[in-house]
Amino acid sequence: MTASAAVAVDAPAAAAAVLAAAKAERARGTGLTVTLAHARYVLAENPVTAFAFGLFALIVLAALIGPLITAYDPLASDTASALKPPSARHWFGTDQLGRDIFSRVVIATQLDLFIAIASVALVFLMGGLAGLAAGYFGGWTERIVSRIADTVMAFPLFVLAMGIVAALGNTVQNIILATAIVNFPLYARVARAEANVRREAGFVQAARLSGNGELRILLGHILPNIMPIMIVQMSLTMGYAILNAAGLSFIGLGVRPPTPEWGIMVAEGAAFMVSGEWWIAFFPGAALMVAVFCFNLLGDGLRDIVDPQRRT
Amino acid sequence: MEITAPPLLDVRNLTIEFTTRRGVVRAVEHIDLSVAPGETLAIVGESGSGKSVTSYAVMRILDRAGRIAAGSVTFSGMDLRGARESKVRSLRGREISMIFQNPRAALNPIRKVGHQIEDVLLQHAEASPTDVDKKAVELLEQVRIARATESYHSYPFELSGGMCQRVVIALALACRPRLLIADEPTTGLDVTTQKAVMDLLVELTRQQGMATILITHDLGLAAAYCGRVVVMEKGRVVETAVARAIFAAPTHPYTRKLVRATPRLGVDLRDLLPEGEANGAILCPSGAARPGVAKQDRLLVVEGLVKEYPRRGVGRRALFKRNDAAAGGESQVFRAVDGISFVLHRGESVGLVGESGCGKSTTSTMVMRLIDASSGRILFDGENIGAIPARKFAQLPVRRRIQMVFQDPSDSLNPRFTAARAIADPIMRLGDIKGGETLRARCEELARQVGLPTELLNRFPHQLSGGQKARVGIARAIALKPDLVILDEPTAALDVSVQAVVLNLLQELKEALGMSYLFVSHDLNVVRLLCDRVIVMRAGQIVEEGVTERVLFAPETDYTRELLAAIPHPPV
Repeated sequence: MTASAAVAVDAPAAAAAVLAAAKAERARGTGLTVTLAHARYVLAENPVTAFAFGLFALIVLAALIGPLITAYDPLASDTASALKPPSARHWFGTDQLGRDIFSRVVIATQLDLFIAIASVALVFLMGGLAGLAAGYFGGWTERIVSRIADTVMAFPLFVLAMGIVAALGNTVQNIILATAIVNFPLYARVARAEANVRREAGFVQAARLSGNGELRILLGHILPNIMPIMIVQMSLTMGYAILNAAGLSFIGLGVRPPTPEWGIMVAEGAAFMVSGEWWIAFFPGAALMVAVFCFNLLGDGLRDIVDPQRRT
Repeated sequence: MEITAPPLLDVRNLTIEFTTRRGVVRAVEHIDLSVAPGETLAIVGESGSGKSVTSYAVMRILDRAGRIAAGSVTFSGMDLRGARESKVRSLRGREISMIFQNPRAALNPIRKVGHQIEDVLLQHAEASPTDVDKKAVELLEQVRIARATESYHSYPFELSGGMCQRVVIALALACRPRLLIADEPTTGLDVTTQKAVMDLLVELTRQQGMATILITHDLGLAAAYCGRVVVMEKGRVVETAVARAIFAAPTHPYTRKLVRATPRLGVDLRDLLPEGEANGAILCPSGAARPGVAKQDRLLVVEGLVKEYPRRGVGRRALFKRNDAAAGGESQVFRAVDGISFVLHRGESVGLVGESGCGKSTTSTMVMRLIDASSGRILFDGENIGAIPARKFAQLPVRRRIQMVFQDPSDSLNPRFTAARAIADPIMRLGDIKGGETLRARCEELARQVGLPTELLNRFPHQLSGGQKARVGIARAIALKPDLVILDEPTAALDVSVQAVVLNLLQELKEALGMSYLFVSHDLNVVRLLCDRVIVMRAGQIVEEGVTERVLFAPETDYTRELLAAIPHPPV
């Protein structure tokens, strides 16, 4: 039945191509304008994706200009106004040291986003490339990469991340490294599977006939083709990376106080929940939730934009 | 052939619309057709003509974007267009059945084929649980599967493509439908299998008094097996005629173009092109009058070429019955290519013909130096290139002298490269031009040479049509001015009219650039048009070899005769 559906879709698509040929001829300028036009179409068609993109822009903006838009120093304590509930002066209230929680939540965006992006970039380089090589070359490369991935997966992931940070010391670099290692199997497996199906594809054979070396085929021909899938993967793990970093900080293995960071702030506020000061843990927790939610939504939307096969 | 019986299916003024990004598109416009019981009707058209969409509308399985905008579909007096979904569902499978193109995809891979037939029988209450297995075997016997009881217990992967299609036909016929719609039932099957499947379909139609609609792109096939032919173009019916008349006296210009483009006996390469387009571009006419360009100059000599693969399941068997394997009852290896030798002269076209699994593609891949041979020699211009490992071959200077045009133009172009980038790739890696304006100029020159409008060079493969993609593939293959080009079924994925143009282009290029072709194909009609000599392969060995005309008109072996007989010949 899948074959039938493909044909059914194909026939009107072909007809549409004929009708729109003249129009498309003019519209088709450079690759960039086409991509932008396509992105506009996807966003208009899918309001959820548009919402996710808006949210993402807001998060990035908070990370970039956070210090400029906050009224208080995130580290300055003011014992006179400690544990104040949300008000016009302190939108998110103040914590036990009188620090403004709104300022701290906004400024923490920078660190949390940095950790997420850096760890995702690192794991893409490690896992993505290792998986790519494993899928393409097969044999011993594949066995070694797959066994490494299996080994990592044999541990409960968060416990493994805890172990790595505990052993190497709790610095931002080590949190990034730990988050990257924990995500390694995910990237290695996806890249391996995608490279494997393309290993004998016609265009790879053609690249060999054109005199491309193996490395050039791998990076110049196969990698661009699996990038859409990898980008979706990256967006999805970004949410997990933020959660992981915050989780490590929450249990005291991550960033040290008094640095503003969502995980620590939730940890610090947790003790006050029982005595009724809910806002100390609630707002950083909500920020964390919104960020993770945003990245997960983004992943779905990105797939529609970056994958040329889905364009009609 | 006057139709006296009232039509079983009557389609009147049918219009189907699809809602797409660029607005509403009419895939099918105002078409009329009807089928009577016992009749076989062919709907013929090229891709995008709306022939499949029409059948989906009849089955009411259009996808969500499509809808019947106007017209009526009447099946034995019942209005299908307005009928409730539950009512149509009970008709599907029981009264109207459908056969799809890829038989393997239509079968559940993890269920025995016998059980799949039983499922259908039970679902439509055609059999009771006590006698269902007997009925399933009967059905398998009806579609003439060899050893029906044995096949009953087989999984789809254990059966060949032709066998799978028979099982699918058995499934479709399980409830004795009154209307059978076969959508490209033999595309992807070998000619001999195609003949067997089509003979079976026609016979069953007559025997059971069904009506059959055959949807196909192959006018020859339609005319050979069907009573009436409906020709569709761009969503419209352009001609409806009795099969005999369609080849003899096509009335519509589009039908004439299709008839011309269909390769058949007694026509030349240039005859395939539409009237008026076969201009003087080709310097020397194809066919027997081809000049012998220094025929004694041997470009490629293949000697005792062998490719062995380890037989599947040997490892497992050896594990459990070690003695049995050691006793050597069965060979441990499978010989895909079993010691073949042939010669290709400079400026010559040689066709390598055979059915799927005969080793022709393995042979060409070895000659292409993409895989290593198990033994044997490949001498190219005197040098034993067979001795160079395939991995190292990619970057040697001799690489540029042997190039290839692939079977599937879509699959062989990198989806993320523009046409220009694809054509430039071999030049950048192996050529003298390293980039910039000269490279672009060379790409444009090549595009002009293969008849690809240069403004299409910035497009990605998914923005090009099948014929345009084929041209990009050809431009890439000739970019380095190779001596030998291997054509691996270069037109198998193309419509006939595009095939006609591409075949002519290949012939022109060969003469203009002095190349030699090794043409791998299963289609003897196409091979005949392009090749000086033909090699027929079967089970890894050469069965027959000789000058094209001799092999095709006076074959020496039974196998070649069988192949030739299986080609559908339209009634003349």
